Amino acid sequence: MPDVTKTPGTAAESAAETAAAAGEAAVVAAPASSGKPRSLWSDAWGDLRRNPFFVISALLIVLLLVMAAWPSLFTSTNPRNGDLTHHFLTKPEYGDVFSADWFGYDKQGRSIYARVIYGARASISVGVLVTIAVTLLGGLVGMIAGYYGGWVDSVLSRVTDIFFGIPFFLGSMVILVSFSDRKVWVVASAMAFLGWTQIARVMRGSVITTKQSDYVTAARALGAGTGRIMFRHILPNAIAPVIVVATIALGGYIAAEATLSYLGLGLSEPTISWGIDISDAKDSIRDNPHVMFFPAGMLCITVLAFIMLGDAVRDALDPKLR
Amino acid sequence: MGRYVARRLLQMIPVFIGTTLLIFLMVHWLPGDPIKALWGDKVPDPAQVEALRHKYGFDLPLWHQYWNYMTDLFQGNFGETFGGRQVSDVMGEAFPVTIRLAVVAFVIEVVLGITLGVFAGLKAGKALDTAVLVFTLLVISVPVFVLGYIFQTVFGVQLGWVTPNVRNSEDITELILPGAVLGSLSLAYVARLTRTTISENLRSDYMRTALAKGLPRRRIVGVHLLRNSLIPVVTFLGTDIGALMGGAIVTEGIFNVQGVGQQLYRAVNQGEGTTTVGIVTVLVLVFLFTSLIVDLLYAVLDPRIRYA
Repeated sequence: MPDVTKTPGTAAESAAETAAAAGEAAVVAAPASSGKPRSLWSDAWGDLRRNPFFVISALLIVLLLVMAAWPSLFTSTNPRNGDLTHHFLTKPEYGDVFSADWFGYDKQGRSIYARVIYGARASISVGVLVTIAVTLLGGLVGMIAGYYGGWVDSVLSRVTDIFFGIPFFLGSMVILVSFSDRKVWVVASAMAFLGWTQIARVMRGSVITTKQSDYVTAARALGAGTGRIMFRHILPNAIAPVIVVATIALGGYIAAEATLSYLGLGLSEPTISWGIDISDAKDSIRDNPHVMFFPAGMLCITVLAFIMLGDAVRDALDPKLR
Repeated sequence: MGRYVARRLLQMIPVFIGTTLLIFLMVHWLPGDPIKALWGDKVPDPAQVEALRHKYGFDLPLWHQYWNYMTDLFQGNFGETFGGRQVSDVMGEAFPVTIRLAVVAFVIEVVLGITLGVFAGLKAGKALDTAVLVFTLLVISVPVFVLGYIFQTVFGVQLGWVTPNVRNSEDITELILPGAVLGSLSLAYVARLTRTTISENLRSDYMRTALAKGLPRRRIVGVHLLRNSLIPVVTFLGTDIGALMGGAIVTEGIFNVQGVGQQLYRAVNQGEGTTTVGIVTVLVLVFLFTSLIVDLLYAVLDPRIRYA
């Protein structure tokens, strides 16, 4: 083995030489094939950048993430500070941009504007946490079921069917009702416990298709281990549909958290969340619709941004659907 | 065909047992004592608590409780509520209401969803298509409870077209508004799914053949295109029936419809496991049988699919 006797310096040099040679080859080949072949991902990225829906939703999401991370950038009012001299009889001062009065006050005299800003964190955290958990859990189940097939697949698929059979909202309510202090991670875990089935099914289907590819057979013939085949060869080629489903689902999970909070079974005080505020506002909707309008509006904009992002990602990764 | 149905029915058994076991464990295993909760803030009498525990079988080990529940269930006995009513009576009152609401929602979703989807799919890339896309995007983004309050305030209170709350659930006209809210999300999905398959199938060979044969456009779109494009839509619609019936909790709450959703909400909050498990059991059965019917419908829609 000549490589063993070489010093690190010469190894690096030879690597650089090879790279240079490859570069030269690429330059030579350029007129014929216009550079190196583009992967699915760089192709998708090129599509995304030119999609106006993606640009709008990405900008909105960046703004919302900044809001969730540093709410004090947007308001200096304490969202928990109730001042009954305001009460919700103080109507919004619409022209007064970014002041505490902008969106008016709720029943307990808290600034709705400040609460809407601070509410972003809980809602987005739940959505992102559930999506990550569901992708890991469902992805693992789907990967194992799809890769091994046979009785492993039968068992895992039946387990998936069982969890799929439980209505999502209903199941989350049954779990969450037994917790009195429902923090972000509690709500996220309950939702993830029931929500992983769709990803598992998509992943399983995708893995079964990818498993039959020639490069997988080649890798196995070259003696690659199960782990290497699964994570280096199958995963990168099977993950695209999962990413599509997960991105679209993220918006849905944010809406689901708000719905659970609205029913009184989602996040609990003192967490600030749009769902809780909408639930509080429902008794006074006839006389003070603005109390519900702003948190509901922010919720809709956030869900819209994530669904739009998911749509754009799907169009980019799965051109057949267009 | 018969053998296929028999095999599917057999496959349903483990899923049915698994799902009821899972919801049973979720209801009874998680912390919280529904018997003590019956006393509210008062101090419960230990002897009475024990008596009630024994009455509802909560003093038995969990597997024994599940076994008792299932053996009762197969004799048609769903158990009783804390108020002493038979759960089957409660469901007998609530299910017809929810089924009516779900049917209204389903009709709205099928008619509007498929119509929008077909027109958008035929004009893929044109202004109408974009309009339908934006419309469905907005419908998907507005959570059901927000949409419910918007519809109630606008159509019920301000315009006065319908009563804001449902007073008589046997009057179908009163169910149109809650039905539209309940079906809205699925309507958007149906429209998108139809649009995608229609615009995909427009490019298929059989469409070119039909066109070349000189068939009228109505027949090409109405028979050749629609029938072939409906398979994924029917799959979605089939699984949606169960979802509409179980997902009416929010809509029924907003519009005061006394259906399954209201009973479930009450049962979950009071920790009344028998009602929750009973209703979920029925919903799971609905879900399993609709998926079987959907699979059998495939063969009707596409004669190439045969079941041995």
